[in-house]
Amino acid sequence: MSGRKIIILGARSDIAMACAHEFAAAGDAVTLAARRIETLEADARDLELRYGGTVALRAFDALDVEGHEDFVGAGALPDVVICAVGLLGDQTADERDTDASVRVLRTNFEGPALALAAYANAMEARGSGVIVGISSVAGDRGRATNYIYGSAKAGFTAFLSGLRNRLAGRGVHVVTVKPGFVATRMTEHLDLPEKLTAAPAEVGRAVLKAVEKGRDVIYVRALWRMVMGLIRLIPERVFKKLSI
Amino acid sequence: MKRDVSGWGRYPRVTAEVARPRDEAALRGLLGDGPVIARGNGRSYGDSAAHPRCTVDMRGFSHFLDFDAETGVLTAEAGVILGDVIAALLPRGWFPPVTPGTKFVTLGGMIAADVHGKNHRRDGSIGRHVEWVEVMGPDGAVRRASPRDNSDQFGMTIGGMGLTGVILRCAIRMMPVASGWIRQETHVAPDLATAMEIFEAAETRYSVAWFDCLGQGASLGRSLVMLGDHAEVSDLPADRRAAPFDVPVRRRKRVPLDAPGFALNRYTIKAFNALYHAAHARRAGPSLVDWDSYFYPLDAVLDWNRIYGRRGFAQYQVVLPLAASRAGLTELLSAISEAGQGSFLAVLKRLGPEEGRHSFPMEGYTLALDFPVSRASLALLDRLDRITLAHGGRYYLAKDSRVPRAVLHQADGRMGAFRDKRAAAGLNVAFASAQSERLGL
Repeated sequence: MSGRKIIILGARSDIAMACAHEFAAAGDAVTLAARRIETLEADARDLELRYGGTVALRAFDALDVEGHEDFVGAGALPDVVICAVGLLGDQTADERDTDASVRVLRTNFEGPALALAAYANAMEARGSGVIVGISSVAGDRGRATNYIYGSAKAGFTAFLSGLRNRLAGRGVHVVTVKPGFVATRMTEHLDLPEKLTAAPAEVGRAVLKAVEKGRDVIYVRALWRMVMGLIRLIPERVFKKLSI
Repeated sequence: MKRDVSGWGRYPRVTAEVARPRDEAALRGLLGDGPVIARGNGRSYGDSAAHPRCTVDMRGFSHFLDFDAETGVLTAEAGVILGDVIAALLPRGWFPPVTPGTKFVTLGGMIAADVHGKNHRRDGSIGRHVEWVEVMGPDGAVRRASPRDNSDQFGMTIGGMGLTGVILRCAIRMMPVASGWIRQETHVAPDLATAMEIFEAAETRYSVAWFDCLGQGASLGRSLVMLGDHAEVSDLPADRRAAPFDVPVRRRKRVPLDAPGFALNRYTIKAFNALYHAAHARRAGPSLVDWDSYFYPLDAVLDWNRIYGRRGFAQYQVVLPLAASRAGLTELLSAISEAGQGSFLAVLKRLGPEEGRHSFPMEGYTLALDFPVSRASLALLDRLDRITLAHGGRYYLAKDSRVPRAVLHQADGRMGAFRDKRAAAGLNVAFASAQSERLGL
């Protein structure tokens, strides 16, 4: 399939850019949306030179939740919206820093959820569309090492699940993506296990496939589904003493 | 973060601090405290693109910047992958003027190694097709260099193995082609002399020979010589003419794990070579081959380097001057055949005249061979070194992982001049690879 209109929110992230490459290569018209949008001009030019077509840029601030409805109304309603907005934060420091915690919670949950809610309403009215939320395996169970980020992603996952339930049968499909570890700028400083770590391009390919096949919830590397399934099975009184 | 870094041969392994800057400011921040080396997509074979103190992964610089559809000049960042260039520009009728045997190289790596292809005799190495490069020097300043302006820096950069600065951007003149197909003519050469005669008589743009390394006596140098040209639309079957750049998508396979050490021995290699030879000999004569299968037969098997097992492999590539080629190649092939250490890939190409200041090619024949790393094969390579030196041959740094320092400098007097020039400009303090330290460059 090609010729769809795609908007990618939080386009500066490596995962977002990998999605942009996949959809542009498939012949779709891509719009990149992010703060300081002028810094993505080189990326837009790169996409155009590689795949032909034109790539549009729109300024978007996920935390400006009052502005989301206007943002959606101001552009042509896309066929697919992908939200890759996110912020890992620094768990240990953020535990004692309310402002930083608020920023992580809002950037991973409130901003993305409300932006997609605005798209959901418009797509529901039209009777068609695909909504893709990049959530995280970190939301599958809260762990000491990243529960601020994880809890916000858990909220986002639940929100996407609810949207999917609401919009099923109304022509709008919702995809939840749980990438697992991805070798991106966000995780550059971490020592990640090779077998569980995907390249951004793998995430991009998985998102394109999920959109085309109408998948509901995807883990980019299948191993993650098993790993998180097991982690969720551990009884809380055991889990609380573990460090994983 | 510290990582084990190695080249495509997976030998040697260097434990290196790897940085991945995304912009000039971040890259500049890595300079000035000691040697660094830029690394592209890790397709050089040995230790050219690794330094324990700071290996700079340049794949964060991967933007296409401009393409001029009139002149065919592509401007791009150094971390752009050649295969992506082909994917973007072949449908518009442009192909790289020079390509190595894999499309998974970066443009920066191609320029640093001044790579050659199967068309060196006609088209030279990649350096001939570079309009300009932009290079970050030891002071963090970025300068543009071309054959006309700042030509000294240009000459140092082409084939300079990243030891003269970090290549950031480049402009390369692409070559117009009429289709995505190659008109190939395969000749079966029963021996080395015949293979060389075919090369000398060839009028095609591309020529390459695949050897059966275990051939002995009269069949020493038994090979398939493959000549090729870009096909015109009129060469294509009628049903392909409407879309001359569409070629079938090749299924990719991946080598899933390291082969055990015993998987490669003279019998399995002999069997492989015999099968390969037979398969192609049956197709002797003219044929049409898509660009991907023609230029990059091994790219279809991802991670093919794992067939050599955990210890990795060494590639031995030398070029012998034209006058000494026949005798030198005969001695090299005899030594390999006697040792029974055949390699899967034995490739012979005819190179044209020397152009770069310290680039590998010179007028003559280049032989490339892979050997799984073992004490026996390394001993054989030392023996091959003596033959290479005796015939005035020289080494390809992008393939090397083991040549002794004295042998390199004896083989290639230009290396001393390169070292001295680096020292005089203070470049040796700012840029070094495990290879440059091993070889005293």
